[in-house]
Amino acid sequence: MYEGVSKLINPYWSSAAYLLDSKWIFSGIAQMIVSNPTLLTISDLINVWGLTIIGACLLLGIFSKQASIGGMTLISMYYLFAPPLLGLEYARPGEGSYIIVNKNLIEIFALFVLYHFPTSHLIGLDRFVTKLR
Amino acid sequence: MSDKLNEKMDQKRRDFLKGLATVPVFGFFLVNLWAKLRRDALKRKNLLTDLINEKKAPAVVSKLSDSKHLNIGIIGYGGRGAHLVRGAGFATKGWVDWAYESSRENKLHKAYATFMEQEDLNCSLVGVCDLFDNHAELAIDASKNDLRPGGKPRKTAIRYRSYKEMLARGDVDAVIVATPDHWHSRITIDAAKAGKHVYCEKGLTRTFQEAIDVYDTIKETGVVLQLGHQNRQVEANDKAKQIIDKGLLGPVNLVELTTNRNSPWGAWVWSIHKDANRNTIDWDTFQEPSPNKIPFGEEALKRYFRWRCWYDYGTGLSGDLFSHDYDQLNQIMGMGIPKYASSSGGIYFYKDGRDVPDVWHATLEYPDKDLTVLYSATLSSNSSRGNRIMGHDATMVLGGMSNAGSVGGFRVIADTESTQYKERIEDGIINTKYPIYQYSPGSKQIDGVTSATSQYFANKGLLYAYRDGKRVDPSHLHVKDWLDAIRSGGQPKCNVDVALEEAVTCAMATESYLTGRRVEWDPINRKLI
Repeated sequence: MYEGVSKLINPYWSSAAYLLDSKWIFSGIAQMIVSNPTLLTISDLINVWGLTIIGACLLLGIFSKQASIGGMTLISMYYLFAPPLLGLEYARPGEGSYIIVNKNLIEIFALFVLYHFPTSHLIGLDRFVTKLR
Repeated sequence: MSDKLNEKMDQKRRDFLKGLATVPVFGFFLVNLWAKLRRDALKRKNLLTDLINEKKAPAVVSKLSDSKHLNIGIIGYGGRGAHLVRGAGFATKGWVDWAYESSRENKLHKAYATFMEQEDLNCSLVGVCDLFDNHAELAIDASKNDLRPGGKPRKTAIRYRSYKEMLARGDVDAVIVATPDHWHSRITIDAAKAGKHVYCEKGLTRTFQEAIDVYDTIKETGVVLQLGHQNRQVEANDKAKQIIDKGLLGPVNLVELTTNRNSPWGAWVWSIHKDANRNTIDWDTFQEPSPNKIPFGEEALKRYFRWRCWYDYGTGLSGDLFSHDYDQLNQIMGMGIPKYASSSGGIYFYKDGRDVPDVWHATLEYPDKDLTVLYSATLSSNSSRGNRIMGHDATMVLGGMSNAGSVGGFRVIADTESTQYKERIEDGIINTKYPIYQYSPGSKQIDGVTSATSQYFANKGLLYAYRDGKRVDPSHLHVKDWLDAIRSGGQPKCNVDVALEEAVTCAMATESYLTGRRVEWDPINRKLI
């Protein structure tokens, strides 16, 4: 969630830097987004609000199924736009040493587990949502 | 019965608690976020970020271009001349095609868009003088190319064999001089006497006396002179000036300016055009003002296209690269002409027959300002050092990561032994490992608070003005500034007064290298001692 909020409170944040450093099969799409101000603005908005809302939902345990799907989609994008494959080098400083598996991939699986074994209807606001139904 | 009711109530209560169990965690997050925002705000208040909002960028403001159509001529349509003429709004068909194709192949290649989105400066390119037929024809081609900001040009350029013929033409208002340095003073003086305004490439002149003569003529005739230091249009330098004017660096006693290049192109080993020969090049005219003459031949062709390698035509590192760094610093600090200059160096890497050094250093002394300016250049290493303005309280580092100089922005780092920031360093509000102010063109990023990743990108220059999608060429702004000054009767940003300071300083440094002694400036008698 804070990933989203931190971008929200920094008026100068842009997804451009990440996209510019994109490698592998999606780097063409990434360049297209960066070179088009409208697409870039859309990309920025999806990132900022997507991360914030998904984070808040997961934390509060509300609409967690939808949030898990959203989270998986968004993080898959991060993974695919810059996968830690052999031979790809990034200007961005890494937070560890990775091959194929990185933080993003693990987060995708974690959300996958949350999606299939939802806990939010036991502990979390989803408990009330389930009851209402 | 009541037991059952109690149990049910209890169940409900437990349900309720389980449902809300995560809310305190959320609350804890919000409390922490609030605390962080407060801390950042406090930090920012103590940094220099208030400067960001001060005095907006000197962007394109005026609409003076509407007022009067100007006819300009180009003298010297080589690489730099072609760039300046594009800045005025005229590019050859070949260039436009290349830029367009490049932008199609690479979406981040912005040369085409930058050129086409340039403001139409309401002028015509009516004359060209170049001693190489091929270049002259390219200039004519550029003058009539429809693909330009503002659409179809009004006039087509006429070629002149002698610049004097072009100056004699009554409808020419102004000329751009982008010849080798040894021709600058003659053309500039003749143009001024003919009442034409002049944009002259840097360095202003090849010799000291030429600089004095140009200055006097410009002052007498009152024409508008713009010297070609386009860094004067770069916003980062204005920000840097504000910071220094406010005394945020404390007393500055030492400045280090540097140049690092490491390629034949960067060392002026430029290509010799395949069509260049005795018939297409007017060699005699080219070498007319130079002290030493040689007959036309292979050596002459080398000298024609790689003129910066010889003192006969230019001043090597001094007029080409030192002049830029000096002028940038003069723009920021306004220190003017030094009292003393000394320089040394040698030809250590490019032993190709040149007589200008490829490793060269100059020291400028300003005793009345308690300041020394060092310049150090090498043409055989790309290990960029950047420019450093070293104050007692903080150091400003300009460029350095990309060797892009002023265009690459700057950062200000507090000194561990600073007096001004002592308390704030002790309180942990200022960390001397991170910039207290950082300016990265295009990104407006960073204030010492944002993430390490953003800072890294900013330093790498990966962040550019993509968000607004528009990038402006400083050379275009510099030409525009000159044309605006002509129309308004004002002075451009790199006017004759600062041009003289550049020329005299460079001449002092060159003179010192050539004579092997320290050179002193006598401002009363305007002489070098």
